[in-house]
Amino acid sequence: RVLCWLTSVIQGRWSSELLWVSACEYLKLPQQSEAIVIYTGWERHALVGSDIRLSCSFFSWRWTSEDVTFSWSYRPDGARDSISIFHYTGGAPYVDNKGPFRDRLEFVGNPARRDGSILLKNLDYGDNGTFTCDAKNPPDIVGRASSVRLLVFEKVPIQAGVITGAIIGAVLGLLVLIVVIYYLMRFLVARRVFNLSVSKHGRKGKGKEGSQQRQVPALSIGDPSKLKAAASEKKKQESRKDKK
Amino acid sequence: MLLILLGVLILHLVILVLLLISTSVNAWTVSSSITTDLWYNCLTSGGGYHCKVASNEDWIQAVQALMVLSVLFCLLSLVFFLCQLFTLVKGGRFFFTAIFQILASLFVMCGAIIYTVMSPDRAVGVEFGYAYILAWVAFPLCLVSGLIYIILRKRE
Repeated sequence: RVLCWLTSVIQGRWSSELLWVSACEYLKLPQQSEAIVIYTGWERHALVGSDIRLSCSFFSWRWTSEDVTFSWSYRPDGARDSISIFHYTGGAPYVDNKGPFRDRLEFVGNPARRDGSILLKNLDYGDNGTFTCDAKNPPDIVGRASSVRLLVFEKVPIQAGVITGAIIGAVLGLLVLIVVIYYLMRFLVARRVFNLSVSKHGRKGKGKEGSQQRQVPALSIGDPSKLKAAASEKKKQESRKDKK
Repeated sequence: MLLILLGVLILHLVILVLLLISTSVNAWTVSSSITTDLWYNCLTSGGGYHCKVASNEDWIQAVQALMVLSVLFCLLSLVFFLCQLFTLVKGGRFFFTAIFQILASLFVMCGAIIYTVMSPDRAVGVEFGYAYILAWVAFPLCLVSGLIYIILRKRE
C-alpha cells in the first residue's frame, strides 16, 4: 500500500482526495486480498430482564461496499447447532420473527460506518449462549466470524480481585494523603512562624539582637526537647513583653 | 546498644519472612487431599495438582488485601527504620517505624480474624494449616516489635 502511494506521488498523480487504498486501484496495480477482520466483544454479562447491545464491527482494506452484509447467529449453551437470528443485506435488515428472539431483537447498527450491532431486549436465563457475527464486504469476503458469549445473571458478581485492589489502593492512597497533609501543615506553620518573626523584627528596633538570638533556635529543626524549650522560652518572653 | 539494634533488626526481618510465607504459601486450610489458601484451592489427586482460583467472595478478597497490606507496611517500616537509624537525632524515638509496624500488626490481626470467622465449616479431617498459624504468630510478634520501637531511643 505504501508502495502504491509512493508510486502515485512520484508519478505526480496524487491529490488530497486520494486515499492510498484507492491509489492502488487507480494505478491498477495488483493488490493482495487481505482478510476481513471482525470484532465483537469476548464475553458480556447482563442482568435478567435488562437489555444488552451486542456490538459487531469489522476492518477491511476496501471501501465499505453497498453490498455489505452482517449476519448474527445464536448457539444456546450446551447445544451443538446454531440458528441464524439476524441478517442485513441489500441495504435492509431482517430480524428474527420465528425463533427464540422474535420481537426482542432490534438492529441498532450503522452499516455505512461498519457497525452491525444488535439490541437484545428483556433477557432471560434461556438466552445464555454464544452469539456469532459474520460480516462480508464484497469483494473482501474471506474472514473468520467472531463470537461473543452472553452470560445472564440474577446479580452481577464482583470479579475476583476487584475488592482486593480497591482496599489496597484506598489504604495506600490514604497514606499518601496523610503524608502530603503533614508536609503541607509543616510548611504552612514554618511560613507563619517566619512571617511572625519578620514582623516582630521590623516593629521592635530595640532588642534587635535579642530577638534574633531568640528566633534562631526556634527555626532550626534540632532536638525535639531543645525545640520545646525554645518555644516555651519564646512564649515566656512574649508574655513578658505583653506585660511591659 | 549495637546488640539491641541487631536484635531488633533480626526480629523485624523474621516477622517480614513470616508474613511473606503466610501470605503466599498454600496451606491455610488443609485436609488429606485439598489445600486452600488465600489465592487458590488446590486438589491433589493421583499424583497431580488441580488448582482453581479461590472463590471470589467478598471476605476472601478482604483477607487477601489485608495480608498484602501488612506485608507492605512491614517492609515500609523496615525501610523507615534503616532511614531513621542514620538521620534521627540523638535521643529521638523511632515513631514512624513504630506506627507502620503497629499498623502492619493490626492488618494481620484483622485478616486472621476475618479468615477464622468466615472460613467454611470445619469438617472431619479438615483443619487449619501452618500458614494460618504463622499469621497468628506474626501478629503478636509484630505488635511487640512496634512497641519496642516506641520505647527505643537512639543513642550515640
